[in-house]
Amino acid sequence: MNPTTSLVAVALVSVATMTIGALGLRFSRTTSDFYVASRAVGPLLNASAIGGEYLSAASFLGVAGLVLVGGADMLWYPVGWTAGYLVLLVLVAAPLRRSGAYTLPDFAQFRLESLTARRISSVFVVVIGVLYLMPQFQGAGITLRALTGAPTWMGASVVAVISLLNVLSGGMRSITFVQAFQYWLKLTALLLPVSVFLVVWRHDSLPTSAAMSASDWVRPLTGEHSLYVTYSLILATFLGTMGLPHVVVRFYTNRDGRAARRTTVAVLGLLSLFYVLPPIYGVLGRIYAVDLIGKHRSDSVVLELPSRILTGPLAEVLTALLGAGAFAAFLSTSSGLTVSVAGVVSQDVLSRYVDGVRSFRLASVLATTVSLGLAVAAAGLAVANAVELAFAVAASTFCPLLLLGIWWRRLTAAGAVAGLTLGGALSGGAVTATLLGITAPGWLGILLAQPAAWTVPVSFATMIGVSLSTRSRLPLNVARIMVRLHTPEHIDVDRGGFDPEASRLPAPALLAANSAEVRYDDRSSGA
Amino acid sequence: MAVPRVTVSSPRTVATRWPKRAVTQEIDDETGVGDAFMRSLIRSQLRLGLSVIVVLATLVVGLPIMFTVAPGLTTAEVLGIPIPWLLLGFAVYPLLVALGWFYVRQAERNERDFSDLVDRR
Repeated sequence: MNPTTSLVAVALVSVATMTIGALGLRFSRTTSDFYVASRAVGPLLNASAIGGEYLSAASFLGVAGLVLVGGADMLWYPVGWTAGYLVLLVLVAAPLRRSGAYTLPDFAQFRLESLTARRISSVFVVVIGVLYLMPQFQGAGITLRALTGAPTWMGASVVAVISLLNVLSGGMRSITFVQAFQYWLKLTALLLPVSVFLVVWRHDSLPTSAAMSASDWVRPLTGEHSLYVTYSLILATFLGTMGLPHVVVRFYTNRDGRAARRTTVAVLGLLSLFYVLPPIYGVLGRIYAVDLIGKHRSDSVVLELPSRILTGPLAEVLTALLGAGAFAAFLSTSSGLTVSVAGVVSQDVLSRYVDGVRSFRLASVLATTVSLGLAVAAAGLAVANAVELAFAVAASTFCPLLLLGIWWRRLTAAGAVAGLTLGGALSGGAVTATLLGITAPGWLGILLAQPAAWTVPVSFATMIGVSLSTRSRLPLNVARIMVRLHTPEHIDVDRGGFDPEASRLPAPALLAANSAEVRYDDRSSGA
Repeated sequence: MAVPRVTVSSPRTVATRWPKRAVTQEIDDETGVGDAFMRSLIRSQLRLGLSVIVVLATLVVGLPIMFTVAPGLTTAEVLGIPIPWLLLGFAVYPLLVALGWFYVRQAERNERDFSDLVDRR
């Protein structure tokens, strides 16, 4: 098939993203401009932006590939990624916004009044961010290979470079509009082709295939230990969403806690709209492209379907549209992640040695390079699986920190640090083993491959246990912190002096980089 | 000797102004009363959040157990689509949105109740 149309479409998306990003820079000269602009947008636009950043390679390509191979059990991935937002909404959204924290380390420091808690949180932001960036680059490699036959490292590098340039030019983060546009592009890019496919499928008098009626594919819970695996996946995705660095940052763009809730409901609606589609590609793949499984190319089923079902220019145009949507997914998610990770790295590590702007740039380059290296090294791992590892670590670290921090006033810094460390080390260890291809027979192997079901409870138990045994060391201002987290903004009470915005420097190219500078000494003066 | 005239003002105005200043002041001063108000707000929001989680756990997280207990469900079809696919592929999503919408309404109501108590004018 002639790849020209697809290449043109992919190039268009990349150039458009960078152009809008670069233009947007001129409108947002200071950090406060950025915030004012963000807060002037309504919940639907803001929700589209969140959806645009959240729907990654795993959603666009990975889910269909998993359904193609694994069938009914794999439907839990999109369900979990949506339900994660519901859990986030009901337990975290408004208090997190009211805390005023811009990043997870901000939240840890604000809630626990501890620099150690902040630093450990920063470490896990980086771990989760890199784990999540990796599959974006892998997805890009797969896409470019499916479109042109280029080796996978090439596509991965292309997206890494474009998203890095995008971040360095400072565009992406500031432009709610770009992210919002990319949500609707991704939705259209899946919706339009699948409508054509279904019409053709109907017209061909509804063909099925033998592969489709295989009972271990069509029925749930047929594999070994599948009940455990399913519940581990549910725990990781339902609880992990709240701990993703690029998700948390977005909450800051809401005007107040109430707006944060309303935006999150809108996000739930948009995600629900989107996630109905990828499984249909998986099922159609089972009819038209089941040979991809044998070739270990199930992740590219979304891109292969047009040429399997149709011929001629229509197939070419639909492939191009899908390729464009996929690139929108990689670019938006990886730019958002790079900014979040680099912001934390530059502030908490590099800023001691290099000044603000340069340290942010250096951190972006580092984060991208490391993730790209890992992506090329771990090319065999399914894209959605790699993302699930990031969710498992997030659910075992930041989920207990946020839930206990918001709802349980007896959480101490020592408890949080112990839980973060243990939960992170256990889930991180299991993830490392999986990435290195270490497998074990029987239960041990399953526990390593799907750690969330045991690492999340361990992390919660550690935080609670250690907090109770260090109860004499409660944060000094815990009552004031609880007031701030839970009181609606219009009520006139003392919320303490924590104000991450006041200390931010107006550095236009670094909207996010300097964002997390928290001035803690000012608490008493009520800055 | 003439007593100079004084303005007579109703003590009632002072009395009605008192509660508004008091509750936010009590919260600011971290007194027992202020603490009780804060705890009641936090408890009502937590109870609401957890009840949504319980519904989610029963209806959605309960599905794998239901499929295990009643395997007949996994082969039954509606409109030619097996029930697990219908539930997990489509039906779950409107439920999630509905739960979210219900939560937002109730959470805002809790906050209104709280500000009526605290911010009374």
